[in-house]
Amino acid sequence: MNIHEYQGKALLKAAGVPVLEGVHCTSVNDALEAYDALGSKVVAVKSQIHAGGRGKGTMFHPETREEVMQGGVKIAFSREDVEKYASNILGNLLVTIQTGDEGKIVNNLYVESGCAIAHEYYLALLVDRENKDVLIMASTEGGMDIEDVAHNTPEKIHKINVDPNSGLLGFQKRDLGMALGLSGNALKSFFKMLGKMYDMFIAQDCAMVEINPLVKTEDDEIIALDSKISFDENAEFRHKDWDELRDLSEEEEVEIRAKETGLSYVKLDGNIGCLVNGAGLAMATMDVIKLYGGEPANFLDVGGGADEEQVKTAFSIILEDPNVKGILVNIFGGIMRCDIIAKGVIGATQSLGLDVPLVVRLAGTNVDEGKAILAASDLNIYPADDLADGAQKIVSLIGGGE
Amino acid sequence: MAIWIEEDAKVLVQGITGKQGMFHAGKMVEYGTNLVGGVTPGKGGQEVLGVPVFDSMVEAISQTDADATVIYVPPPFAGEAIMEAANAFETIKGEGVIVCITEGIPTLDMVKATAYVANRSNVRLIGPNCPGIITPGETGGAKLGIMPGHIHAKGRIGIVSKSGTLTYEAVAQTMSINEGQSTCIGIGGDPVNGTGFIECLAAFEADSQTEAIVMIGEIGGNAEQEAAAWAKENCTKPIVGFVAGATAPPGKRMGHAGAIISGGKGTAEEKFAAFEAAGIACARDPSELGQVLLASLKEAGLR
Repeated sequence: MNIHEYQGKALLKAAGVPVLEGVHCTSVNDALEAYDALGSKVVAVKSQIHAGGRGKGTMFHPETREEVMQGGVKIAFSREDVEKYASNILGNLLVTIQTGDEGKIVNNLYVESGCAIAHEYYLALLVDRENKDVLIMASTEGGMDIEDVAHNTPEKIHKINVDPNSGLLGFQKRDLGMALGLSGNALKSFFKMLGKMYDMFIAQDCAMVEINPLVKTEDDEIIALDSKISFDENAEFRHKDWDELRDLSEEEEVEIRAKETGLSYVKLDGNIGCLVNGAGLAMATMDVIKLYGGEPANFLDVGGGADEEQVKTAFSIILEDPNVKGILVNIFGGIMRCDIIAKGVIGATQSLGLDVPLVVRLAGTNVDEGKAILAASDLNIYPADDLADGAQKIVSLIGGGE
Repeated sequence: MAIWIEEDAKVLVQGITGKQGMFHAGKMVEYGTNLVGGVTPGKGGQEVLGVPVFDSMVEAISQTDADATVIYVPPPFAGEAIMEAANAFETIKGEGVIVCITEGIPTLDMVKATAYVANRSNVRLIGPNCPGIITPGETGGAKLGIMPGHIHAKGRIGIVSKSGTLTYEAVAQTMSINEGQSTCIGIGGDPVNGTGFIECLAAFEADSQTEAIVMIGEIGGNAEQEAAAWAKENCTKPIVGFVAGATAPPGKRMGHAGAIISGGKGTAEEKFAAFEAAGIACARDPSELGQVLLASLKEAGLR
């Protein structure tokens, strides 16, 4: 789960990490009031969307798609600048390298005081899957795309792994600061800041905290100038406050609805809907559809113990997508029994009035009973023997590959 | 021989009085698993499925001399259940296998739990968020997890996979060419887990019953690439592979917490390429795993 920069900065500030003064705004008027209140000659006017690359993005009119302004993050030197930038941003579409062409409507703005920057750094904390611990990564090349730095000048990326038994140790913070070339008060400031940030990472069950740039001011203070924070959704049960941080407009509504009914759904661009049990098999089903010339319309895992009602919900979610021209059901019954699934499929197709071709592949527990139930129905259901057979059948039923 | 879990292994179930725990413990017994007890704190002294329930793992292992435990404890408590089991096996027996089925454990809980297990060198953790491990026998066998027992048969193919149902698919594929399995392991789809691909490959390589290996990966991380590089140097037995997620869009979590392509890394193409570079015979369609395996067995003179 991702949160906005302004929300991340509030968390950082509460944890004791230095950030600049800023105000969250949702209107041009808010932005002007924020400018007056901050009393800073120079302010940054920053679009708040979950995707990165905002500064180098482009603002478009949401209907006409005419370009409104270059950049989704602007430095304002006057009240007039703030007014201009805020009205160019709010309600318009921001397209960045990470949003795709469809872009994102900006409803939130962050107006933040300026500061005198001496140097920009990169800092990130994340879970290291290979080492099974928390990795802290820093670079002197702040403000740049870190993937490029890693590719072109890997020696400029410094890493420390935190042993979960001992936690982040003093020498590790010092070593990392020194590797960035910090000394004196700047090193002290970095040392203190990193300890607070690590504590927040653990306390908030973060998946990633990325600060790009982290800056050294001309006064040798270390400040988080940006923040990109994501949480580990598995830890949601112990963070009731996350509900307030969740921006539902940033998530696909249908994906949220699926999650609420215990389904895992991701919408894709193709026209063959898939209903599968198990995440790995669901991915493999998409892959095989593509292999035989089709395009999957979605990823959908009904889980290990879906009942008739969940199968019905799954069908209705798949059918909401107007691109869907056919559906492939692929179930390897383990705990889930094929006869139950077959009944669920029949119930769902009847109550939803299914009018696209449906191919059903069943395997595993009670497969013969399941197949018999499908065969006895007078519905237009095509049985398949295995995954390849199912994929080939559905692709040919909707008129071949695209 | 099989790997890690023998056919007659003595098994405990943590969370045995819960709905999931009781249901699956019942299925394990039906399959023929030697269930010797269960653990639910506060429920000690009861009897479930004809075996005693204990309050703690220390007590349960002391009383039953169990070799392994299967955890069906809900996510908020599963990390600690793993550590309790690790401590008990280490102090009482000096060794043991922990299989954690639970899905949805916070990643930082797993960081802590895996570090705790790693400090106890003869204790092995499989999972979490996995179907478990099964060693089929001539009749019955040891089923430590939620996989459908009846699709398996004793044989010479070792299977290791990140996914649950895709593991069953792989099992069915071996059966389609009349091959059974030595041991099948689901290592789980979480970003931080216990036993990895390499440890499984090493164990299969050393196991006399296993003559060929099926390895099923998925997008996210680089465990498959590392396993492939390791296999190239160290495995003499034929390996057949598949990777799920070739059509997954970047940046989207595909069901499993760990199944996400981030920063363009962890794609299926990358993993297939690593498999092929290591001489692993790949199926692009899991329904072809059987035929690819058959060809590999023939090439190795095993059929």
